[in-house]
Amino acid sequence: MINININKPLHGSNGIMELTINLAIQSGDFVALSGVSGSGKTTLLRILAGLEEAHGTLQVGDEFWLKEKFCLPPQKRKIGFVFQDYALFPNMSVEENLLYVCKDYALAKHLLDMTHLSELTKRMPNSLSGGQKQRVSLCRALMNRPKILLMDEPLSALDPAMRSKLQNEILTLHKEFGTTTIMVSHDPSEMYRLSNRVIVLNNGKIINDGSAKEVLLKTKGSQKFSFEGELLDIIKVDVIYIAIIAIGQQLVEVVISNQEAQSLKIGDTVNVSTKAFTPVVSQN
Amino acid sequence: MIEILKTLEFTPFLISFKLAFITTVILFCISLPLAWYLSQTQSKIKPILEAITALPLVLPPSVLGFYILWALSFNSPIGAFFDEVFGIKLVFNFTGLVIASCFYSLPFMVQPLQSGFQSIHKNMLEASYISGKSKFQTLFKVALPNIKPALMTAIIVTFAHTVGEFGVVLMVGGSIPEQTKVASVAIYEFVEVMDYAHAHIYSGIMLILSFLTLLGVYIFNRSQNSKFTGIHS
Repeated sequence: MINININKPLHGSNGIMELTINLAIQSGDFVALSGVSGSGKTTLLRILAGLEEAHGTLQVGDEFWLKEKFCLPPQKRKIGFVFQDYALFPNMSVEENLLYVCKDYALAKHLLDMTHLSELTKRMPNSLSGGQKQRVSLCRALMNRPKILLMDEPLSALDPAMRSKLQNEILTLHKEFGTTTIMVSHDPSEMYRLSNRVIVLNNGKIINDGSAKEVLLKTKGSQKFSFEGELLDIIKVDVIYIAIIAIGQQLVEVVISNQEAQSLKIGDTVNVSTKAFTPVVSQN
Repeated sequence: MIEILKTLEFTPFLISFKLAFITTVILFCISLPLAWYLSQTQSKIKPILEAITALPLVLPPSVLGFYILWALSFNSPIGAFFDEVFGIKLVFNFTGLVIASCFYSLPFMVQPLQSGFQSIHKNMLEASYISGKSKFQTLFKVALPNIKPALMTAIIVTFAHTVGEFGVVLMVGGSIPEQTKVASVAIYEFVEVMDYAHAHIYSGIMLILSFLTLLGVYIFNRSQNSKFTGIHS
């Protein structure tokens, strides 16, 4: 059980804001942390890691990591941290990066086998691809058998295929080690696949907290299909208006009424929803 | 010409290189923790420390030499203390030269190391702390191995700069043959007595050695930069 009760003033893009987090996380949970940039996600991770100071208390199991004037240094917290930019040690080989944390050869071998890196143990980090680097970083973070694994947008620098491959590996590792994990992510499918709890931050406050399904599914009432997108253009064709909307990686055309065309402006974030009774799902 | 080469006195060069070697070793030990501290701290005294460290870059060597001479002479408490307690004289001998050179060359060791440490990505150091390693372990296992070009620059430039110093050496050491007469002072004296042949040979040797040293540094840095990518350039 992890009890987080912290606050810290932050210098955001809209002046000073207060990061206020009251949160209890069960052991073994996989929590996805989401929210617009500047909402305090990374700062929260860094406070948990002991890399930044904050007021309040932080209790992990029966141990206090933060309480009044006391702050346990990052060295003593037993955490794993996966950085977005990998942060591997360029002067050490893949194996040495892992063994630097802890001279547990058996664990290093096991982790490298699980992430299909056993062929690359002697390679230097700068000769690896982005996906390989992030797998090494993930293995390294697990080398001290952490109480909490923190991941700051670990997959956002990777292409979609590599991302989905690594999601599987993260899932396998989480099942095997049962490490309480907090991951910052922007990708709904990633959050849905990996986490059992999604927390959304905005302006330093928790604005949404629930299961991935509760938080991420944007349908309401009788709507069955609902997508959030960005309005790119409104084209007038004869007497009707056609809106061009970007949903994820795809562009769609939607017919809108004259009234809707007047009320919307280009660049708006819009919801496109429909009642779909018999949608067809076929293989690509 | 051959005659001159045969009778050439190499002692001033030996003194120069011995002085540079000892100064570099001492400065490396002092500057490593100082540069590491300066690169990591957010403290308010950082600008003060940085300014003091950089002072020898802007002060005329004669000013620096004068103060060192004043501080270390028998009339000052420091000089008197060393003379009475240890029986060591700190001016007009080789010991005085080493102390003076350490002040004079300090920025040439601290600044490249500091900017090297600052160029290391913060995440890399944090990853090391999170792995349970102290600042000390992080310095030797992660920071230093990843700033080899800066390390090389600091050591070589300090060495070369000490070989090339003149004003401070003359002020603090005088020009005592076999003791404090370094190559640069020897050249000055040759010119003073219009012995241009010797001045040419000494200067030529200094020029070639300095060029080769710097060439070595740049070749090394080129090969190192292609090796690592963990450093922001």
